[in-house]
Amino acid sequence: MAVKTLTIDGTLVTAQAESTVFDAAHEAGIFIPSLCRLEGVTTTGSCRLCLVEIEGSNRLMPSCILKVDEGMQVRTDTPRLREYRKMIVELLFAERNHTCAVCVANHNCELQDLAKSVGIDHVRYEYTFPKAEVDITHERFGVDHNRCVLCTRCVRVCDEVEGAHTWDISGRGTNSRVITDMNQPWGDAQSCTSCGKCVQACPTGALFKQGSTVAEMQKDRTQLEFIVTAREKKQWIG
Amino acid sequence: MDRLRFASVWLGGCSGCHMSFLDLDEWLIDLAEQVELVYSPVADIKEFPKNVDICLVEGAVANEDHLELIKQVRENSRIVVSFGDCAVTGNVTAMRNPLGSSKSILQYVYLETPGIQGPLPCEPGIVPVLLDRVSPVHEIVHVDAYLFGCPPYPSVIREKLTELVAAARNESAPVAN
Repeated sequence: MAVKTLTIDGTLVTAQAESTVFDAAHEAGIFIPSLCRLEGVTTTGSCRLCLVEIEGSNRLMPSCILKVDEGMQVRTDTPRLREYRKMIVELLFAERNHTCAVCVANHNCELQDLAKSVGIDHVRYEYTFPKAEVDITHERFGVDHNRCVLCTRCVRVCDEVEGAHTWDISGRGTNSRVITDMNQPWGDAQSCTSCGKCVQACPTGALFKQGSTVAEMQKDRTQLEFIVTAREKKQWIG
Repeated sequence: MDRLRFASVWLGGCSGCHMSFLDLDEWLIDLAEQVELVYSPVADIKEFPKNVDICLVEGAVANEDHLELIKQVRENSRIVVSFGDCAVTGNVTAMRNPLGSSKSILQYVYLETPGIQGPLPCEPGIVPVLLDRVSPVHEIVHVDAYLFGCPPYPSVIREKLTELVAAARNESAPVAN
């Protein structure tokens, strides 16, 4: 099996040739923040939180889709990267109405955890306060666009794991919204199997089980792991 | 040693942050050895005083009274602290912002929804006029320190105040942010 040796934050790391810098770093115990990445579905490199610096290149690279290379010198935690990560998370907060105090995911939210880990204590950008809808037409679940960060985890998990492709994105820029079927109310989306994988994949309180009240949500990823293991290893381990 | 001049104000919030502050119980007695309370919703003082060292600001800026008071606070305080989520982010107080101007909100609440049948509240000089947009404090004046949480845990308030009291004692040192 081909391996590559690279340097991450001054530490020599050996990784399999097909590994990403993100995975190699995490295996070596070096933490890189991420938001759109979800184990078991394809990586898109869209949230830009896992950006790293590569020696000899001016471009910042998303480490979750960057393959390791021999002799590569990676820096994951520089002042420039720290500032950009902070900026990205602040912009996410400014772009929608997160209002954490009254969110089902309060204290169980990856966006909140990220804000804490990158050292945000307030948002320097003007809040946009967009008008965003809440759709509770589905009998079991709801989508609150006020809290969506457009990570597309729901889109990918629905397409790649469940195979339904109920979710997609419509619009551009700040007008982008996750949609069900042909931009219909979720309750009318015939392709939805009501499996709930999107709810478990969502990093925030944007997708939720109906009946969950403020700060009660607990994410359960075991059902995703179960199916990924079953598909990849042909092992049905509960 | 002279006690520091300490104030707290209550803008557009539910007073929960002040309740959390009061939950510090007996530690408030220790704090009182360090600071003198010169203005607060829990004290009967009419005018915001001059030469305040530390001021906690609870709530978002939601009406004209808040706007006037926060400017006085900034002018007369060395360290202004956004105290709790409404002050830091707008939080629940700012949930009306996506719904439009203050006029459309008042019309919706007082005329269109069932229950209340008008008229629109209008008592000049008594009921403060709502601003069209609720803002977090730092969008209006410079803020030196932030204490988030809805409400911030008493232990977090205590930790921050301890830090700020030390910073305020050392006048030449830059204020902790």
